[in-house]
Amino acid sequence: MYVAVKGGERAIDNAHAWLADERRGDRGVAELSVAQIREQLSLAVNRVMAEGSLYDPDLAALAIKQSRGDLIEAIFLIRAYRTTLPRFGASKPIETGEMACDRRISATFKDAPGGQVLGPTFDYTHRLLDFKLAADGEVPEAPEGTPQGGDVPHITGYLNREGLIQDEPESDEVPPDLTREPMELPAGRPLRLQSLTRGDEGFVLGMAYSTQRGYARNHAFVGELRIGAVAVEMDIPELGFAIEIGEITVTECETVNQFKGSKTEPPQFTRGYGLVFGQTERKAISMALVDRALRWKELGEDDQGAPAQDEEFVLMHSDNIQATGFLEHIKLPHYVDFQSELELVRKLRREVEAARSSVLSDGLAPGEAAE
Amino acid sequence: MTNEAENVTAYNFAYLDEQTKRMIRRAILKGLAIPGYQVPFASREMPMPYGWGTGGVQVSAATLTPEDCFKVIDQGADDTTNAVSIRKFFEKTAGVATTEETAKATVIQTRHRIPEERLTEDQVLVYQVPIPEPLRFLEPRETETRKMHSLEEYGLMHVKLYEDVAQHGAIATAYAYPVKVEGRYVMDPSPIPKFDNPKLEMDAIQLFGAGREQRIYALPPHSKVVSLDFEDHPFEASKADHACDLCGAEDSYLDEVITDDAGGRMFVCSDTDYCRSRRAAGHVGAQGAPYEEGVA
Repeated sequence: MYVAVKGGERAIDNAHAWLADERRGDRGVAELSVAQIREQLSLAVNRVMAEGSLYDPDLAALAIKQSRGDLIEAIFLIRAYRTTLPRFGASKPIETGEMACDRRISATFKDAPGGQVLGPTFDYTHRLLDFKLAADGEVPEAPEGTPQGGDVPHITGYLNREGLIQDEPESDEVPPDLTREPMELPAGRPLRLQSLTRGDEGFVLGMAYSTQRGYARNHAFVGELRIGAVAVEMDIPELGFAIEIGEITVTECETVNQFKGSKTEPPQFTRGYGLVFGQTERKAISMALVDRALRWKELGEDDQGAPAQDEEFVLMHSDNIQATGFLEHIKLPHYVDFQSELELVRKLRREVEAARSSVLSDGLAPGEAAE
Repeated sequence: MTNEAENVTAYNFAYLDEQTKRMIRRAILKGLAIPGYQVPFASREMPMPYGWGTGGVQVSAATLTPEDCFKVIDQGADDTTNAVSIRKFFEKTAGVATTEETAKATVIQTRHRIPEERLTEDQVLVYQVPIPEPLRFLEPRETETRKMHSLEEYGLMHVKLYEDVAQHGAIATAYAYPVKVEGRYVMDPSPIPKFDNPKLEMDAIQLFGAGREQRIYALPPHSKVVSLDFEDHPFEASKADHACDLCGAEDSYLDEVITDDAGGRMFVCSDTDYCRSRRAAGHVGAQGAPYEEGVA
């Protein structure tokens, strides 16, 4: 019996010992190092950093090892750790225009200043299992070129010069912090974007996909997708100026969305935006599509009643740590509530049966007896 | 069990940092000032999953002092696995004394039950709450339900209860039975069986924490708490029509335990400490053996 038997404490300790043993697996196989995970499972590491909202590849790799490769569990470990960290301050906004791009593509222009750079992508690989990898993982060094250097301007900027794309007004307003204030709805765009960038990749992908299939379709083109390193700068009050405190890799996606105009806006292109830690382009593109769908109100579009347009629906269900916790909690004991339901169902059944037998003995039609 | 020196270096007292505790205390005080009102608070990610009592744990963490004596129950029992886990968490991070005896505890964290023994002015009862919004399953949107509370627009709830009566001849809610607090806010008492509802008017402070939903609410001592009903269908606090098979209590909420695969079952107190203390005092139920110290 798993219920209130004495010894719950010992059961928990034993379960943890068993779990640790299972995590290690066959001792005849070499143990994975955190560095191996960081270097060779880097896309998993990136996802854990993005949804854990903490840029630290070593800790993310450790979390993946500890969680036996369950990425949501790993994200949870990172989130729980992250909450305990003190806040020293806020960085300056990163300048993605100054990114050292590993990858930079545009679907809207054949070529553009800065060029198209494919980078390390699966896009044109044939998905054939590479059995060589099972025997021997050695790969030859990739050929190297010379980095272009200099800033890589954003492609949407070219459209902007013509006034063809909706303008994003600059603002110095301090964005709200999802991790330090309760979510209040309606949410502004900064809060929505914060929520989406740490939202579950699968959930955001599903929402984005639904817009492509007609649930609030927003005709998205990938105006630009870029992946690369950017500097993080922070103002240091004691110094009186900003210094570079590190470098992070991010994926940025700007979509260009066709827009025929509305009551308030002229025909023009509109934008969706995605920005995610690490090389995480599926997530960044998804984020941009969902961002665009959620902007229907400010652009004066119709509410089509589509899930991806519904801010409360999207924001309240995108967090996989909240979702998995609540979903899985139904395996905790609920026998007190179940007992009260048992009593209720028994009582209701007794009443139905009593009514039925009185109908039979009185010879009344059931409809009359129900009165 | 606990090593205080180690705790001091590893964690802040009761895990949360002081700024976070201050933020939670502010929400608690606001909740006490407006009984039954759901106060939004910046819930933190805790080292246990949402749904496991993160709201209750944060409220307990902000409430506990080093002198407190802490008790945790889940389904009324001190030894259910999650109760054990939460008690261990605070033994480790706060080093507070813990107890299974209701009367000895100064702070009691609970999931799904109110202890049978009457609580006193010197105690705080902390509830773990999954869905704090009593109107949630009638209206899924938070933006709408907040409006309904502010306008005191509870017609939807009464219609739901009326439809129950029309369809089933009775109000078909057995747990998390909605209450009205001080004639103002309709409140979810958390998923306690409706048997416990009358006990919500008590001498102790009651605090409700919903971590995932980022809400705290409260009942100050002696608040008026009325279970919603109709004049011709009055609220009824029901339980299994049995006495406890171990201690013979007729006034306690009972769990039904299946004892074999031939329909055999027994009824035992859900409040394990209540049952234990009654047996220690010499009460014996129909299937109970005389009490021995240290035997469950």
